Amino acid sequence: MIKKALERLWNGIFKENPIFVLMLGMCATLAVTTNAINGLGMGLSTMAVLIMSNLMISLLRKIIPDGVRMPAYIVIIASFVTIVQLLIKAYIPSLDKSLGIFIPLIVVNCIILGRAESYASKNNVFLSLFDGIGMGLGFTLALTILGLVRELFGSGLAFGIPVMPDFYEPIGILVMAPGAFFVLAILAALQNKFKAPSASNVERKSDLACGGNCDGCAGMTCALNHRQVAEQTAEKARQLAEERARIAAEKKAAKEQEGGEQG
Amino acid sequence: MIKILLLTLLTTALVNNVVLSQFLGLCPFLGVSKNVKTAAGMGGAVIFVITVASALTSVLYNGVLVPLDLIYMETIVFILVIAALVQLVEMALKKLSHGLYAALGVYLPLITTNCAVLGVALTNVQNGNDFITSVVAGFGTAGGFAIAIIILAGIREKMAGNNVPHAFSGMPITLITAGLMAIAFYGFSGLSI
Repeated sequence: MIKKALERLWNGIFKENPIFVLMLGMCATLAVTTNAINGLGMGLSTMAVLIMSNLMISLLRKIIPDGVRMPAYIVIIASFVTIVQLLIKAYIPSLDKSLGIFIPLIVVNCIILGRAESYASKNNVFLSLFDGIGMGLGFTLALTILGLVRELFGSGLAFGIPVMPDFYEPIGILVMAPGAFFVLAILAALQNKFKAPSASNVERKSDLACGGNCDGCAGMTCALNHRQVAEQTAEKARQLAEERARIAAEKKAAKEQEGGEQG
Repeated sequence: MIKILLLTLLTTALVNNVVLSQFLGLCPFLGVSKNVKTAAGMGGAVIFVITVASALTSVLYNGVLVPLDLIYMETIVFILVIAALVQLVEMALKKLSHGLYAALGVYLPLITTNCAVLGVALTNVQNGNDFITSVVAGFGTAGGFAIAIIILAGIREKMAGNNVPHAFSGMPITLITAGLMAIAFYGFSGLSI
């Protein structure tokens, strides 16, 4: 049991790191990592929500009916997000100011709904708790590293303290909006180069609207998308079958007619 | 009044472009921009849903949450309304317009967890926008998303035959393109409005 729990931690931090490997929750990642403190704050807030929602969903997994599980998960997650949001507003107003709208937007972070759907709803409370801690730590670690890199090269600071030598000229663009894209692009390119396991270097070919990139929209969206594509394929197959049946019937009729004439 | 609305439209669509400077709705922006046709479909679906959602959330906030002193419930209420709305739009389109459903249907479920929808609703509330301004801001934001995703898809179509260094092929070059677009859109913040 302990071994399994430790395996969940390892899985969340390294093997399936939500940002470096799964590439989930990109909106928050790019927006708040202008410095290490913001990244750390965002990571810890998301981790708190993730742990509590994993715990609650795992506790309720046998009670929630399958048909309404998505709305139920969303309500649970949104409640915890509201709690975290109010706590931050009350006790760390500076963090609330710098993260702003991205705290309530934790609700739509794919990681949380993704973990609820793919892990917490199927496993016991203890393991789900450790899954939440592992994934949360992985997310926090990744956000802090990204924030630190951008802060270090973009403004020569680390956690707000000047560390770069005086002659270093900060690359200002890294802390601005375009810099977020460049940092992530370089990260993804390095992963491509060294063939590290990552969602960004897998070729996908599929009919899904997202190109089959289900890592980016785990859980509900993906399931709904799959269902819709399946429906469309079934509809096409049905039409094709009808068409074939019609042609076959016509041929048969023509043959019978021929046979009748010959007779 | 008209002038203010026009300015809101311009600001939300270009100056504060939702994807390139606010970082909302990145998943569809990067995922559904392989070709212009699907990008336009996604853009259309987003414009439709965000405009309706910002009208609905504005009415709910000012008409229900504020009088009942339940402002702290905004996140829960908004996300549920948006999820229900997307389902309703999907069902309505399926029954009413087969053509539109065939064009937009696949993209609709993807929109529920598109943070842009919730982001617009929350920003409207934060800025204290009234009903009309909210709808215009929603339309402008979604228009900005459509502009950005169609431009990116156009560039990616042109780039498909190019010889990109192996490490940068796929996701990295798309991100670099998005970054260059973000620099270009940064120029709009110099507009003196």
